Amino acid sequence: MSIVLKTKNINKYFKKPVLFHVLKDINISIKKGEFTSIMGKSGCGKSTLLYILSTMDTNYEGQLYLNNELITGQTQNKLSYLRNKHIGFVFQFHYLLSEFSVLENVMLPAKKLGEKSFEEIENDAINKLRILDIENLASKKASRISGGEKQRVAIARALINSPSIIMGDEPTGNLDSYNSENVFKIFKQLCIEQGLSLLIVTHDEDFANRTDRIITMSDGEIISQ
Amino acid sequence: MINWKVILTIAKTHLLSKLKQTSVAALGVTFGIGAYITLVCFMTGLNKMLDGLILNQTPHIHIYNEIEPSKKQPIAFYEEAKNSFKVVHSLKPKQSQKKIHNALPIVKYLNKDKRVKGAIAQIKAQIFYIAGSIELGGNLTGIQTLEEARLFNFQNYIVKGSHEDLDKIDNGILIGSGVANKMSLDVGDRVQISTIKGDVFPLKIVGIYQSGLADLDAVQSFANIKTVQRILGEAENYITDINVKLFDIENALDMAQEIENQFELKAIDIKTANAQFETGTAIRNLITYAVSITLLIVAGFGIYNILNMFIYEKMNDIAILKATGFSGKDVQYIFMSQALIIGVVGGVLGLLIGFGLTNLISKLPFETEALPTIKTYPVNFDPWFYVIGITFALISTFFAGYLPSKKAKRIDPVKIIRGQ
Repeated sequence: MSIVLKTKNINKYFKKPVLFHVLKDINISIKKGEFTSIMGKSGCGKSTLLYILSTMDTNYEGQLYLNNELITGQTQNKLSYLRNKHIGFVFQFHYLLSEFSVLENVMLPAKKLGEKSFEEIENDAINKLRILDIENLASKKASRISGGEKQRVAIARALINSPSIIMGDEPTGNLDSYNSENVFKIFKQLCIEQGLSLLIVTHDEDFANRTDRIITMSDGEIISQ
Repeated sequence: MINWKVILTIAKTHLLSKLKQTSVAALGVTFGIGAYITLVCFMTGLNKMLDGLILNQTPHIHIYNEIEPSKKQPIAFYEEAKNSFKVVHSLKPKQSQKKIHNALPIVKYLNKDKRVKGAIAQIKAQIFYIAGSIELGGNLTGIQTLEEARLFNFQNYIVKGSHEDLDKIDNGILIGSGVANKMSLDVGDRVQISTIKGDVFPLKIVGIYQSGLADLDAVQSFANIKTVQRILGEAENYITDINVKLFDIENALDMAQEIENQFELKAIDIKTANAQFETGTAIRNLITYAVSITLLIVAGFGIYNILNMFIYEKMNDIAILKATGFSGKDVQYIFMSQALIIGVVGGVLGLLIGFGLTNLISKLPFETEALPTIKTYPVNFDPWFYVIGITFALISTFFAGYLPSKKAKRIDPVKIIRGQ
């Protein structure tokens, strides 16, 4: 199976307030269609790693490959483009643009990518909302829907450009068990039905245990994968 | 790759969702530009009127024969006293005539010059207005009426009657309003004038002249150049003054010197004669622009503040946009376009308000003894002021938006997302 995401000897230091070695020689690779979770105690560096993998954090040593292409050292504009096209994001807090409607929120990354016409994008967005069973919310303002619904909208948005991988930073951390379960089911379904790769940072052991693979981190090192 | 449609949609949504703040920011620009237009149109209108009061009726070059002592006294020609120290007592002006020698050919010559809009002859004469046994001293100027009206807006100073009548009616006179008041005369009456030599002539009043300068109006009258020549008993080539109007006032100084050298006459240019007006105008313009620019800068700070606040409120949005693939540049353009939208909307409204206010001012009655032809406040409707106004609105909003948007560009999405 092809490899979606690969790191080679990634090291990161925090320079403030004191020099601190956050990530030590991280070597991982994520295959296509794999549902992976990263676990570890608070402060072990798992979120830091995720933001490096997401290309948003460029201040590290080592190499990062996305679809076998070297990402390290690319310009910010190129990174933005790669993020837009290949990476979908789901955060712990439901980051939606509160003044836009649900549909507009989902459509925005596709409009930015600009590869499809407006009608196609709208059609895609409604399809994604239908998959996540929130089609009825399409015209509502993002600030007017519940937390669980917001997280599903965020997932729809992450899916809109048919990314290579979806990353999540504790996507269920702020949800009750019912909604957590829901989100997990959606992820699992996407993984099986659409062959999507998923990389989820989580504290929730039940959640992690049901994924294909668990990467455990401690003090900036990978102790099992 | 910049997708302007998406960027503008986001900018528009942001602005509309904060309509109150947006309007406040735009109103800042509106008031700035509106005040600028009003101020600058009104002030330059006033300036133009004040300048016009003097400059329009003043010749750019005034040529006459100065009565003065010879620059080189006869003793200087005496060879034997060449190296001596010479003292001349009781110096007298040189014996010469008031009239300009060969005046008509000079006028013809000047009219052929490409820089000259027109050169016209005048005769200045001292006279007395006779009212019963009282004699009032005064000046009578012989003019070519229609040419005076063409070059020096003479018609603007006729408050009663018409300058054209002067041209048509032989033995007509336009008398100063002060003279008319003193002697209780009106259009259609006859007035007797006497020359210095003592000859008395009756003239028919065809109009009343008012320059706005009371001292002048109390003595000055105008008659046809031929009438004056006849009154003085002089020939048709008797001319005491030549007034020249140029196309470009800047040439006045050079040309005055040329004329002095060529014809051995006195030639005074307008800048030498009216230096204080230039200074007054420059200072008034300076004040106008200083006030206007201050207003616009204040408006600019208003926009800067509000955009800064926008960006703090929209930190999350910026982080999301960046996480979902919008580049720093895209985010910067979103905020820049917000600033410019505020600038354009506020600026255009400002222009409209300025236009409305200046229109209103130009219709307000403004009547003063000193300015007989002006009935309303003077306003200068120069379209350039509108171009300058909207340009300044755009430039100031551009800078006011540039700094905050630069900050938005640099915001690190990881910090915002992890900071929650």
